[in-house]
Amino acid sequence: MLAMDYRGPRRVRIEEKPMPRIQHPRDAIVRVTRSCICGSDLHLYHGMVPDTRVGMTFGHEFCGVVEEVGPAVENLKKGDHVLVPFNIACGQCHFCKQGLFGNCHESNPEATAVGGIFGYSHTAGGYDGGQAEYARVPYADFGPMVIPDWMDPDDAVLLTDVVPTGYQAAEMGGIQTGDTVVVFGAGPVGLLAARCAWLFGAGRVIVIDHHEYRLDFARDYCPAEVYDFREIGDPVVFLKKITDIGADVCIDAVGADASGNAWHTLFGKKLKLEAGSAVPLHWAINSVKKGGVVSIVGVYGPTGNMVPMGNVVNKGITIRANQAAVKRLLPRLVEHVREGRIDPKRIITHRLPLEEVAEGYHLFSSKLDGCIKPVLIPNAA
Amino acid sequence: MQTQSDRAEAAARKAPPAAAPRIDPTTVVGWGVDADPENDPTWPMRDRAGDDGPGMNWSRPALQTAEVEILASVEHKARPATMGTSVPPRGLSGVLRRQAFRLSESQWGHWLLLILADRVNTVEGLLDDLGRGRLPNPLVETGVVPHARSREAAAATVVAAGVVLTAAVLLMRRRR
Repeated sequence: MLAMDYRGPRRVRIEEKPMPRIQHPRDAIVRVTRSCICGSDLHLYHGMVPDTRVGMTFGHEFCGVVEEVGPAVENLKKGDHVLVPFNIACGQCHFCKQGLFGNCHESNPEATAVGGIFGYSHTAGGYDGGQAEYARVPYADFGPMVIPDWMDPDDAVLLTDVVPTGYQAAEMGGIQTGDTVVVFGAGPVGLLAARCAWLFGAGRVIVIDHHEYRLDFARDYCPAEVYDFREIGDPVVFLKKITDIGADVCIDAVGADASGNAWHTLFGKKLKLEAGSAVPLHWAINSVKKGGVVSIVGVYGPTGNMVPMGNVVNKGITIRANQAAVKRLLPRLVEHVREGRIDPKRIITHRLPLEEVAEGYHLFSSKLDGCIKPVLIPNAA
Repeated sequence: MQTQSDRAEAAARKAPPAAAPRIDPTTVVGWGVDADPENDPTWPMRDRAGDDGPGMNWSRPALQTAEVEILASVEHKARPATMGTSVPPRGLSGVLRRQAFRLSESQWGHWLLLILADRVNTVEGLLDDLGRGRLPNPLVETGVVPHARSREAAAATVVAAGVVLTAAVLLMRRRR
């Protein structure tokens, strides 16, 4: 089968690889019909996530048709079109039983801090991902959801990560009616976080980024007040000025690859002495109001970051963060899509054949051609 | 005389202390008088109704047989039931990864060794390609040139490499 093949920082190619096999009674093999490149894949692509091995296949946002199931999988059958949450979750450990499906304790031997994630380095379990014609799906009797007949596969594939992550970013903000919410990052997750902030009753939604085309999109899609951080001077001072006392909720929807500060760029992105560049987190902590909430869904590496912890204490900030628990959120999000409250597929700007995976990464990473969300479509889809 | 590294080694060899005896909370004066189930900043992400107490007391899934070498975090009490089998450790990068996994996730050395292993692995990948008679094509792999034009890109890469090599040889001859 054809699959994406990581060759080192900023180098990927399409490669012929062996078909995945059932390796556990609860596995399924899925023929991939849609697979996205996620903003967090770019952290892998840029060589920022430790234990990203040459030869791995990325891809944690995919949907596909069930081709084969293990003997313990009774709820799926061959031919079912399923969306596959990016979290690999057993559904029965201490954490899964409490709905913390991003923190499953039975899916990742290599680390305890995070559960298994498809195609997301060996730090997240060493599973090959869905940027391929076929993928092995562990715990298939628990994670995947059969896509409703009425749902467009382009919407379904975005329900595997980007929509739940944006939604949970807003949910973790504990947004109260009328709250001012600032979202750092107008990438796919930031756009969805800003859109979902309204669903929780926000009174004002502000999006900060530096890619003009993304800010233009955010202005209309979310909708939101948008600002280019290169044009507003110190973003923290600016946000304090337009909100008087700071935002009620700040959301970091960027993570390790952020721009905007030479110090973080040097130590986080160039020297790798920080777990990525924590600019948005820094700004979020400093621009949220005293007693406010900072919600983090931007992905960072596992080491450490230089952020103003003293201000977290002195301002009495509540920090909430996690990988989105996709399985928990799906029923509500399916309802939102059906009712037209969220229009996920509108963020897709590029549909590429799987063979063009390298161009997809290049376009997305370099923010070329108005790229917001690239989706890969295998020939066999 | 014992050096600092001797002392560090001796400390590392020393077995960790046994867990201290548990305290029965009901014997503590005032236990639970201010408990407030509404005070739960983890809601709704964490549904405490599913909390069945501390420890690994859940019914575990069937264990996947490890068909390849799996490096496991030393912080796990028991190896998780399933695992990915993509790209087992091998070569010099594998040696570094095995060393890294002797350290906990809490140690910077663990992660820095893994990052170093990743960089070594990139070179190993290039050597693997060359060993199989395959010339890696950076123009295509970086996505700068479309996959559909990979043949032209390969030709351009070979010509460019030839030009650079010839220029280097001529430059060296001139210096002599």
